Amino acid sequence: MCLGIPGKVVEIRQQDDVPMGRVEFGGILKEVCLAYTPEARLGDYVLVHVGFAISIIDEAEAHETMNFLREIEAATSNDPPTPEPP
Amino acid sequence: MKYLDEYRDAEAVRGLAAAIRAAATRPWNIMEICGGQTHTIVRYGLDQMLPPQIALIHGPGCPVCVTPVESIDRAVAIAGRPEVIFCSFGDMLRVPGSRKDLLTVKSEGGDVRLVYSPMDAVALAQKHPDRQVVFFAIGFETTAPANAMAVIQAAKLRLLNFSILVSHVLVPPAMCAVLDSPLNRVQGFLAAGHVCAITGMDQYRPIAERYRVPIVVTGFEPVDILQGILMCIRQLEQGRAEVENGYARIVRPEGNRPAMERIDEVFEVSPRKWRGIGEIPASGLALRESYAEFDAERRFPVAGITADEPTECIAGEILQGHKQPLECPAFGTLCTPDRPLGAPMVSTEGACAAYFRYRRREE
Ligand code: SF4
Repeated sequence: MCLGIPGKVVEIRQQDDVPMGRVEFGGILKEVCLAYTPEARLGDYVLVHVGFAISIIDEAEAHETMNFLREIEAATSNDPPTPEPP
Repeated sequence: MKYLDEYRDAEAVRGLAAAIRAAATRPWNIMEICGGQTHTIVRYGLDQMLPPQIALIHGPGCPVCVTPVESIDRAVAIAGRPEVIFCSFGDMLRVPGSRKDLLTVKSEGGDVRLVYSPMDAVALAQKHPDRQVVFFAIGFETTAPANAMAVIQAAKLRLLNFSILVSHVLVPPAMCAVLDSPLNRVQGFLAAGHVCAITGMDQYRPIAERYRVPIVVTGFEPVDILQGILMCIRQLEQGRAEVENGYARIVRPEGNRPAMERIDEVFEVSPRKWRGIGEIPASGLALRESYAEFDAERRFPVAGITADEPTECIAGEILQGHKQPLECPAFGTLCTPDRPLGAPMVSTEGACAAYFRYRRREE
């Protein structure tokens, strides 16, 4: 229900005074309401829930997470191997 | 896909699982609020990668599951009317009411339609001025802005043949209900990331303080969830009880201001019944008086419909984390996705459905 999917904004326009756009999800295009992400620009990644973009994905923060993961991997790489996740 | 694949990376998952093993020196019980998170955990076996002293308790965050029987009965009554086009998210169609579900209404000739967005229902109202279009507005704070916008658009376009049947619930009061229960075992929370994308993090600080529980805003992919668990365990081990953001690429501390403004314009906080739990004060949203003309419960004579909860289903205990699906005597026998006794077996976010789908064979 609270499912949100990240996609790339490829078109922005006004419709009945509401900012609307098209968002691409791995090759599939969907109509999305951009009223809650008015600062979204073409090429931005947004998180879409029931046809509404609810957040613009923060690329810098995503990098931070990846750095955090790399540190953890480096710190734990001497551990004995663990079973494969299914 | 960008922003998905890297959060499912097996190396990263292994690294985080190792870091959790290193960090956990004592037993801890952590509740993931959201049913979407439950599904990721069960599907990828994340719980089985954790050290045995760390228990994950599945939370109440499945809006389909917590929608009370009486709301389903009201939906069934409205959807059966000849003038009505009843629109709903797909998950709701199979949720059993007292006598039938919405799918049965459809098979009996009712005009019940699946929609992807509430705006699709607004478009149907525009296209069919001679019909009454009703949208089943369920969900947590994540979905409320979309439903608010649907009402605002219907008002702007003067679509008086549009209305919504509201069964909206809020997360923080449900967390307090879990913590207040004498049976509570939860010591830390993974907060529902997409709810927090709308509301921000401030609402959670008083809960962390008052109950001394760490709350980590957490996403939905395997890496996100393990990261949330690691942050939560580090807090528990260090004796901290703070609200932390483990999903900063999506969640801003202040939330989504325009979305909160729209919710506030259309809805007000109200008491709500939760399936299997009962009424929780100030735990839901209802339409404001200024938008009352779009309230399906006023437009159709359904306010008198009330219902008792079926007794075989222990959804209330499951939703509060007191029991796991496999402890329900009906699980997999009397209750299956084809013949569900309760909503947690139907919803794509229900804990019972997750166990049925991913765990049944091994147990
Ligand atoms: S298995 Fe079925 S009856 Fe048991 S709690 Fe889950 S939904 Fe209810």
